Amino acid sequence: MTEHRTWTRFTRAQRLARFAVYLGAVALLAVSMDTVEVIPDFLYDAPKQVTDLLRRMWPVDFGAYHKQGIHEALIETLNISTLGTILSLLMAVPLGVMAAPNIVPVGFLNWIARFVLVSSRTVNTLVWAILFVAVFGPGALAGTAAIAFRSIGFCGKLLGEALEEIKPGPIEALKAAGAPWTSILIKGYWPQVAPAFWGLALFRWDINVRESAVIGLVGAGGIGVSLENALNLFRWTQVSLVLLCIFAVVVLAEVFVTHIRQKLI
Amino acid sequence: MNAAMVREPFKPHWWGRMGWLLLVAYCVYALSDLNITWARFTAGLGAGAKFVSEMFPPSTKRLELLTQNLVETVEIAVISSAFGIALSLPLGLLSARNLMPAWLSWPARAIIAISRSFHPVIFAILFVKAVGFGPLAGILTLVFASIGFVGKLFAEAIEEISLKPVEAMTAAGAPFASVLTFAVLPQVFNRFIGFSTYQFDSNLRNSTMIGVVGAGGIGGTLFAAFQRFDYDFLCTILISIIALIMLGESLAIKIKAVFND
Repeated sequence: MTEHRTWTRFTRAQRLARFAVYLGAVALLAVSMDTVEVIPDFLYDAPKQVTDLLRRMWPVDFGAYHKQGIHEALIETLNISTLGTILSLLMAVPLGVMAAPNIVPVGFLNWIARFVLVSSRTVNTLVWAILFVAVFGPGALAGTAAIAFRSIGFCGKLLGEALEEIKPGPIEALKAAGAPWTSILIKGYWPQVAPAFWGLALFRWDINVRESAVIGLVGAGGIGVSLENALNLFRWTQVSLVLLCIFAVVVLAEVFVTHIRQKLI
Repeated sequence: MNAAMVREPFKPHWWGRMGWLLLVAYCVYALSDLNITWARFTAGLGAGAKFVSEMFPPSTKRLELLTQNLVETVEIAVISSAFGIALSLPLGLLSARNLMPAWLSWPARAIIAISRSFHPVIFAILFVKAVGFGPLAGILTLVFASIGFVGKLFAEAIEEISLKPVEAMTAAGAPFASVLTFAVLPQVFNRFIGFSTYQFDSNLRNSTMIGVVGAGGIGGTLFAAFQRFDYDFLCTILISIIALIMLGESLAIKIKAVFND
């Protein structure tokens, strides 16, 4: 008698776990669909409303570009995102260094840095903007601070990971030659993480250009303020102009970043 | 041996130094353009201290409203993830250039690109104008956001697969549906689970925010509390949002672990 063995790809526990995930997802969806307060008439009506909206947005009011100060608002948006990125990098570098256990071998400090980085990422840019408007009052200062504080978590985390993957050779050489720790950081660590650093700075700047276009909705400066004003006054042809401007800036930023990245890395 | 022959170990990098100088010059210009001054900053610190002191202790009133809104936030995230991911599956497949002819992949790529073109908040504003205030606008917004993200990554994942199993099955005369289920999907399934859990996580984060423009969820209550200077309630809302997101993140990690072993 030969023993028949059947081949299965997963163990029983694995299959059960997978099944539990599927079941949980479906149950959650069913409960959500059942209890969420959606008025179905609004959904059926949506295509009509959207076409109506688009019709009111046409033709685009290009004359408002200089008359309503949209050009200045765009420049302000770009400055908020750039300055915010620079500011956040200034704060993210020490935190990233502190989060890397191979540079700062103190578990407690690593933990503090990680905690700061995670909290920065958990709070959305728009929420940061609300908080900083309460602190600094409406305007670009609040927006810059919001962009900066949101980006710390992202930049610090990626920088920390880049620092952890570093090759120890040059550092050991510098240490053996008796270099002070500042020189070790600048000549040993920095050249190894510089490509990653510039890459993530560019990537974050690109994200920040998108984000800084909307923080104006809560009063934190930039093109979002123009959008909010145009929306409140029902000037739909100006809304479409602002949207076009945001779209153009976002696309240009992406093209610029891809171009620079190819040259840099 | 003369001095010229001694190689400098760390040569001064003049172009680099010029770059740093330009950066400093830009910062000075940007600070003046944005009207950011030291006086405003220190005044803000004083206001900030007052703001923080008013936030604490977090208020415990209106907890019912808070839970209601948190539940709505989660519901928006769940529904929009389900529909967004379900829609981005066929769209991602259609836009994979190694499996589909150009006349099919271009329109699909265009839809995905449009979904990515604007920040979710801008889509939320437009959907609020189109379908009115409430969670429906939020759901539509995040479905769009999910299509833009998952659709793009899914298409890229399919474009990176090995074509050998596909060729083997086509040579054996398998219908297209079988080729998809047995040659394409097994190769991308794990990455697909990764994208989906990431997108759920990101939808949860965004669903806490789109309420600011009236698209349902906790964001609306947060913004209302801010405008009414109800800072201790604002603090409670913030803490609950952070807790919710942390919970979502750990759930996403658990789900990924189930599928990755």
